[in-house]
Amino acid sequence: MEFKITKKANLLTMFLIVFGIVFTGIGVIVETTFHHHGEHLGQRISGNLLIDSFFFFAIGLGALFFLALQYATETGWYASVKRIIEAVAGFLPVGVGLLIVALLTITIQQGAHIYVWMDPQTVAHDELIQGKSAYLNIPFFWIRTLVYLGTYLLFWRGFKTRSLLEDQVGGTDIHFKNYKKAALFLVFFAVFSSTSSWDWIMSIDVHWFSTLFGWYVFAGMWCSTMIVLVTLTLYLKKKGYLPNVNESHIHDLGKWTFATSFLWSYLWFSQFMLIWYANIPEETTYHLTRIKDFKFLYFGMFIINFAFPMLLLMSRDAKRHAGVLTFVGMVVLFGHWVDVYIMVMAGSMGGSAYIGFMEIGLMLLVLGIFIKVVLTNLSKAPLTVKNHPFLDESIHHEI
Amino acid sequence: MADKIIYAMYDDDDVLKDGAKKLVAKGIKVAEVFSPFPIHGIDPIIGVKNTRLGIMAFIYGLTGLMLATLGMRFFMITDWPMNIGGKPNESYLDNMLAFVPVTFEFTVLCAAHGMALTYFLRNKTLPGLPASNPDPRTTDDKFVMELRLSQNSQFTETELHDLLKSTGIVELDQRDVK
Repeated sequence: MEFKITKKANLLTMFLIVFGIVFTGIGVIVETTFHHHGEHLGQRISGNLLIDSFFFFAIGLGALFFLALQYATETGWYASVKRIIEAVAGFLPVGVGLLIVALLTITIQQGAHIYVWMDPQTVAHDELIQGKSAYLNIPFFWIRTLVYLGTYLLFWRGFKTRSLLEDQVGGTDIHFKNYKKAALFLVFFAVFSSTSSWDWIMSIDVHWFSTLFGWYVFAGMWCSTMIVLVTLTLYLKKKGYLPNVNESHIHDLGKWTFATSFLWSYLWFSQFMLIWYANIPEETTYHLTRIKDFKFLYFGMFIINFAFPMLLLMSRDAKRHAGVLTFVGMVVLFGHWVDVYIMVMAGSMGGSAYIGFMEIGLMLLVLGIFIKVVLTNLSKAPLTVKNHPFLDESIHHEI
Repeated sequence: MADKIIYAMYDDDDVLKDGAKKLVAKGIKVAEVFSPFPIHGIDPIIGVKNTRLGIMAFIYGLTGLMLATLGMRFFMITDWPMNIGGKPNESYLDNMLAFVPVTFEFTVLCAAHGMALTYFLRNKTLPGLPASNPDPRTTDDKFVMELRLSQNSQFTETELHDLLKSTGIVELDQRDVK
């Protein structure tokens, strides 16, 4: 069955993009007129670009990871929603573009007070950064970034081509090829998901380090992805597009949302508690800045992202209820955006950061682009896969 | 009250499932099914309700959470304020973070053990209890469907036998109970 973007959806994305641009414009004017003649303008714009490009890129990457996970574990149930996962993963090329724009914007401003290790004047007076300069320097940073992004795109192109090919030729050759490639991808991803979050996010708080930071960022990204997948499935199901998707598929996606929120909360708390317990000054700075400048947002975001899914999605019926899933999903998705916002802003702008027109504007703009791209991807390929070896199992999925 | 139980044995779970569908469609009540492994989709056919074990798990978990909180508060704060690494020990809330892992583990412990024990008690399968399945082969490769005459009073004994035989059974057994 072919998906057609409705007029309403087109209008919504247009609306989001236009409002995003207008709000960003107002934000720039406010920043230049009222706040110290705009001396923070470059930093604020670059920071916001990084937040939104990373957040939405990560949702696409999470979908690619989730797809690879299904291939590598030879899962059956997901075959009915496979095209939805692929459509979200199909945001990757655009997401990669946005992320490169954001990182370039920061690089040409010598770090824009976000990556302070890019600024030679700061490094000259900072022994701690000098000690890390063998790893944190602009050429090596860009080599790593391009390797990560190139690898992701390469694997994504392979998965996409083979998925469309499978519809035509069938057989099990493609399945076993996907199985091998997915296992390989997961090996790369295991390393890259950690190191890339050190490079793009953790290096903002350049003096600070945490070994589980990569998993924390990765868990947040996975949770956002699951929310997008479940919401999109519910939307398409409501429009009558997915005859093979039954309550059990929705239940499974709901379980993933529930489980990944717990994974994220678990990692957030592990990091927080260990640092609190050890009480070593070089480690506590991270949480001190956040508690000083973002107390309400930081703990509020944690409580919402942890308690909302836990209390509202615990029962079996809730995980099958479209209204509950969508409501919890939207709140938690925004919670994870706030998480990324604090990750970037606390270490760069600190106390002078606030969620204003520019933050909301750029978020709406990229959200509009994201929805547009994902819906376009959905309309380009048939929504139901053919010849997938586990399709029959998926149609009869019952839990 | 005297009753008769009919045991119909199958050697394939799919045949049993189809048979059960046919019997239920004719208005016969299937009392129980014995099987060496869970048969997917049999519950709604023979009218078994969704398990309530999940609700019990939640209650056991909540019990664990409360016990852990009360326990840690008494051991570490009230009875003998513990000074570990200079952490505040004036009130439970000050030191709450340190107790979260213990509380979490105890919640899981209570939920898991409570669930397992409830499951055994409810099924009467505690170690040493006599087996309730009619034939030891249902723990190997055979499937048995149980019908009670008292629950199917609109049919005669022979009618039930004939209906069962038409569903592809391999053996038929009948027992009188008091």
